Parts: sequence; C-alpha cells; structure tokens
Amino acid sequence: MRRAAVLGTGQTHHRTRRTDVSMAGLCREAIDRALLDAGVDWPQIDAVVLGKAPDLFEGVMMPELFLAEALGAAGRPLLRVHTAGSVGGATANVATTLVRAGVHRRVLAVAFEKQSESNAMWALSIQPPFTAPIGAGAGGYFAPHLRAYIRRSHAPGHIGALVAVKDRRNGALNEYAHLRQPDITVESVQASPMLWDPVRYDETCPSSDGACAVVIGDQVAAEACAHQVAWIRATAMRTEPTFFAGKDHVNPRAGAEAARALWQAAGITDPLEQVDVAEIYVPFSWFEPMWLENLGFAEPGHGWKLVEAGETRIGGRLPVNPSGGVLCSNPIGASGMLRFAEAAMQVMGRAGDHQVPHARTALGHAYGGGSQFFSMWVVSSS
Amino acid sequence: MSTEVAVIGFAQAPCLPSAGTTSGVETLVPVLGRALAEARLDRREVDFWCSGSSDYLAGRAFSFVNAVDAIGAYPPICESHVEMDAAWACYEAYVQILAGEAETALVYGFGKSSAGQLRRVLALQLDPYTVAPLWPDSVSVAAVQARCAVDAGVVSERAMAEVAVRSRADARANPYSQVSGVFDLDDLLAGPYLADPLRGHDCAPVSDGAAALVLAAGERARRAPRRAWISGMAHRIDPQGLGERDLTEVPSASAAAQAACLPGDLDVAELHAPFTHQELLLRAALGLGDRVRINPSGGALCGNPMFSAGLARIGAAAGEVMSGRARTAAGHATSGPALQQNLVCVLEAS
Repeated sequence: MRRAAVLGTGQTHHRTRRTDVSMAGLCREAIDRALLDAGVDWPQIDAVVLGKAPDLFEGVMMPELFLAEALGAAGRPLLRVHTAGSVGGATANVATTLVRAGVHRRVLAVAFEKQSESNAMWALSIQPPFTAPIGAGAGGYFAPHLRAYIRRSHAPGHIGALVAVKDRRNGALNEYAHLRQPDITVESVQASPMLWDPVRYDETCPSSDGACAVVIGDQVAAEACAHQVAWIRATAMRTEPTFFAGKDHVNPRAGAEAARALWQAAGITDPLEQVDVAEIYVPFSWFEPMWLENLGFAEPGHGWKLVEAGETRIGGRLPVNPSGGVLCSNPIGASGMLRFAEAAMQVMGRAGDHQVPHARTALGHAYGGGSQFFSMWVVSSS
Repeated sequence: MSTEVAVIGFAQAPCLPSAGTTSGVETLVPVLGRALAEARLDRREVDFWCSGSSDYLAGRAFSFVNAVDAIGAYPPICESHVEMDAAWACYEAYVQILAGEAETALVYGFGKSSAGQLRRVLALQLDPYTVAPLWPDSVSVAAVQARCAVDAGVVSERAMAEVAVRSRADARANPYSQVSGVFDLDDLLAGPYLADPLRGHDCAPVSDGAAALVLAAGERARRAPRRAWISGMAHRIDPQGLGERDLTEVPSASAAAQAACLPGDLDVAELHAPFTHQELLLRAALGLGDRVRINPSGGALCGNPMFSAGLARIGAAAGEVMSGRARTAAGHATSGPALQQNLVCVLEAS
C-alpha cells in the first residue's frame, strides 16, 4: 500500500464564542496555520475534505457549499464527511485514503464547529416522530455507562477527578486550549457541582467554537518536506448500532475491533509498550480509563490503575491527552481531528510546551454517537 | 491506479410525492436487500459501507444514525457517511477500493423531502450571513440561472420544454418514476410560469426515495452475474456566490469530466438535472454530442429523491451497460444551488 504522511497541522484558538470571525474565518485560521506548518501553498493542494458534526449546530444546510471558496476548494474536489462525534477523525482518515489510493498527492482535511452560531442543545433536542425521547443531553446519556464502569471495575471514586486535573493542567500548557487551569486540584474538582452522577462540573468538556486542519501528502510530498513529518502507519473505522440487545456501552465491540485492526495494520503487538503518547476522545473524565481498556492498553477492569499510578501524565508510561484533550476544548466536529493532529504534532516534535519527550509513535482516537462510531490512526516519526 | 472497480448491483425505491413512511430509513431498507441480491452478495460480505443523506431534510441532528441501526451493523462494520448526495458516497467507496482497503462496498442514499417544504429547506444552503436571510428558494435560484441562459441565447424555453417532453416519454418505461407520459410541446409551453422562465414541466417533482449500489474490485466483480466497469470518476465544486460566476457555464462539470476522462463517443449519459435548462447547460459543459442518448430513465425531472437522485443516475447508467444496451455510459450528479458541485462517473462494458 502507498504511504501517506501528515505534512503539517493547524488549529484555532478555541473559545466559547468566536464572534470575531465568521465560519469561513474560523476555518481559514486553522487552514492557514496548517499550510504554513506544512510548508505548502494553495497550488499544491489537490483536494479538500471537510468534516463537521450536525448542520443544525450552525443552522446552515451543508455549509461546505457556501464555504467552498474560503476553504480553497473552488475548482477542486470537495468532500463533506459527517460521522457524528468521530467525524474529525473520519475526515482525516478519508483524506488519507485519497492519498493512499494514488488519487491525489496532497489533500487538505479541515474540521470545524461554531456552536455559537446556533444552539447545540436545541439542535440535539428536536424530537422526531415515533422515537422515544431521551432528553438527557450527552452528559445524562453517558453517565449510566460511567457508573456501570465503576461498578464493574471497582475503580475508586477519585479516578475521574485525577483525569480532570491531569487534562486541565495539560491544557494550561497548550496556547490554543479553551480551558487552561494550571491551579486545578483533586479537591477543587471534587468540590465542583455534581451534574450527572458520577460526572462533576469540572469533569465535563466545554462547548467550544474552533477548527482544525491537517495537510496529508504521499511519499513524494513527504520526502520533499524539509521538516519531520508524521507517517500514517494505519487508520481504522468501525460502526455499530446505537442500541441492541447485548450492547456493551462500557466496552463497545466496535471500538475494540477498530483498535485490534489498527494495531494489527500498524504492526503493534503491545500497545502500552510500543505507543509513546495517546490522544483519546475523553469528553467526560471517566472515559479515559474506559477507553484505555477498549483500546487494549489495559485489560478490562484495569485501566483506572494506569490513571491512579500517574502513568497517563506527561512523563508516565503512556501520556494521554498532553494537549488537554476534549476536556479542555470541544468544538465537536473538530474535536476528533484535534486528537489526530496532536498525535501528529507529538511525533513531529512540534507540540511546544505539551511535547512528550522522545515521542515516536502516537495514537489519535475519536468516537461519536452513542459510543458507536470509532475512528483512529497511528502515526510515527519513521 | 491498477485496481479495477465495477458496479455489480443497483436498486432504488419508487419515487413518490410521499412515501408514507415515518422516515427515509423505512424506504431504504428493502432497497438494500434488492441491491445485494442483484450483486449476489451477502450483507456480511460487504467490506465497506458508505451513505449520503441530510440532517436538514430529516429535520433532526444525526439522522443517518437511524440508518445504521437499520442496516444490520452488527457485528461492527467499516462505515462512513457524507452529508451529500450518495453519488459522493459512491466516490468515497470507489477510492476505498482503489486504495486496497476494501474489496466490496455498499453505497446508499435516502431522503424524505415530503417532511418539509423542499424549496425553502434548500434556501438554507446559501450564505447564512448575506443571502439565506433573504430566503431565495431553490426554484427561484434555478430561475435566475435559467433567465441568464435564455437571455444569453444559450437555451430557449422551447428547447427546455423539449427536454421535458422527451424525459417524460422515456420515463414511461421506468417503473420507479414519479412523472411520465406523452405530452404536447405547445401545450406545455402554454402553461403558466412557476418562476419565470421556469414552468412546472421545467422543474423536477418533489420526491421521497432511496437507492443503493454495490461496488466490487477486479476478480470479485468478475464473479458477479453482471458488471459495469468504472473507467473514471471525479468531482469538482465552483464558488457558490451567484454573482461570482457565469451561471450559464458549469466549469466544475467540465473539470470533473476532464478528470474522469469522459469520452466524446458515449452511448448514454444519465444527467442529474433537476431543471430542464440545467440538462442543456450540462450537455454543453460535458461536451456531449447529439449522438449521446440522454437520460433514458427519464432522469431527475421524472423523479428527484434528494440525496439519492445522483447515485440513481450512476445506477441507471450502470444498468444500461450491464443490460448490454450501451458499451459506454456516464452517470452525473449535482449538488448545491445552480449546479454548484458536479460529479462524473464513466462506465464501460469491458
């Protein structure tokens, strides 16, 4: 199979409301940084892939159409991907496939969400006919799964707070992060209001406006770069239904099978040993130990032990979310691509103050819907 | 690119003003079964699934998730979704096969236009800061384009009506069409304007519907009962701004045709033209000569299920090749206001 690599990445400053820019301006902020980082200019871009979550979040039907020119897509192929919360990752994977198929030399992948244009809670609360309403929001939807994880794994109650402290302190090292809280403590997290038991206010992702972009190139394009690129060793995507008898919301089979396929394609036999850093989609703190198990970094029921031992901090055995993760910035459609981009930045040695020393192999992970859409990639420095 | 890819199955739902179902997914499910049966493929043998649909048509976020529930995605499947006509899902699946990441793929699209007022819903595709607040509906935007083309002498109202007469007559042989029959040219031209210069016959009907198409690589395709090889597929987009381009030309269609190596000596072209004048503009943009048989299915003018009508053009073109009626055929899809985005898929018998 042809090789593909990340040539450059870019992202916006993520905020609750980016009223200083339009949707086009938001996307361009990320795109311009990605092109600069990749050292390529518009004539070298062959195609554009845009990802974002539901159009109702901005109130525009298929916004890539009106954005086409601002995205640099005029006269080029433009694909629009939508796979719920996993979309940012899926968008990068589709762009990778375009390169691997030999169709294009360089593809620009962009993902964004500008939640302040509309009202995300309203967008998620429309009740289609003949469908039972849940009406719980994402936190209320996932809280029972986290509670089930605690019951199954016998994890101590402070694990979630440990994750929140780690991610928010990491976010303080990331100039683009929405929430930057260097002084947060386990005590302060545990003193924050309980929203959806066991999820407290400080263990919850924010709502953000933001965008992310990556330039993906083929072997020739990668070798033409003067700087270190991130070679894409493998990608994987898996989907399962939202509800069915026997669905395991704590350890979804689609996520586990995607991870297995990913490790196999990348030639990784012991993920905990062979992966240096992982950017995992953790919108609520307790998802970190759950996904560590689902991804095969720990046996079922043991993921929380890595967290408790501090192994997921920068400097630990497997630093998780050195960027601060979704807990610090959550422009939904872009959140998955931010994970993928951070993984690339880490192995390119371009992660600034949140750089994990000697990171050579990194995981980018995203999930969406009712823990049913999974997209992931592994990137390496060689 | 040494991998060969072929269409080995296609099915569609009847185009209806209202499918009478609660969601587009109900329309879709039987179609999937028929497409797989034509390809002699079991659901479990599909390596990659890709769909096209729109949340705005369904009036809810994450509307495609219901389809995932319905297609039997367990054990877990490799799957992706575009918020576009499923013709672009077909493109994504085609590229997956070219990359060697899949050997077979099932592509589907669905939409229930009757859930809302389509011409107003589509107004929300326009620039939300400067254009959409004025609510120019999709028929009016098409009429602006038609007026430009008439005034430029590129098309005439009579030539447009001839397209409608031919399409409706051809649709009589298509059991899935919504509009068909023998019509008199002068009778149609005597009808009132819907949006000057567009009359009722110039506009596609509002349709509920769904379609599914099966792709396979090389040897796998040769084992299927029938196949139509894809010799090229490409798509391009133009800027949306209605004042930023010459609406009488379709540069993205021309560029897609060139990239897909569309031959001049096609037997059949299935064009996704929801308005009569758009067929005429597309024929010119794609460089199709008079010998090329246009839309033997009746085309989108006789049934225009949103988000599957483009895929259905590829399916209809593949059908012409698989049946032996054509050696070479092309399927075309469009998206966005005034033919903003265009895709061309070239199909050959061998």
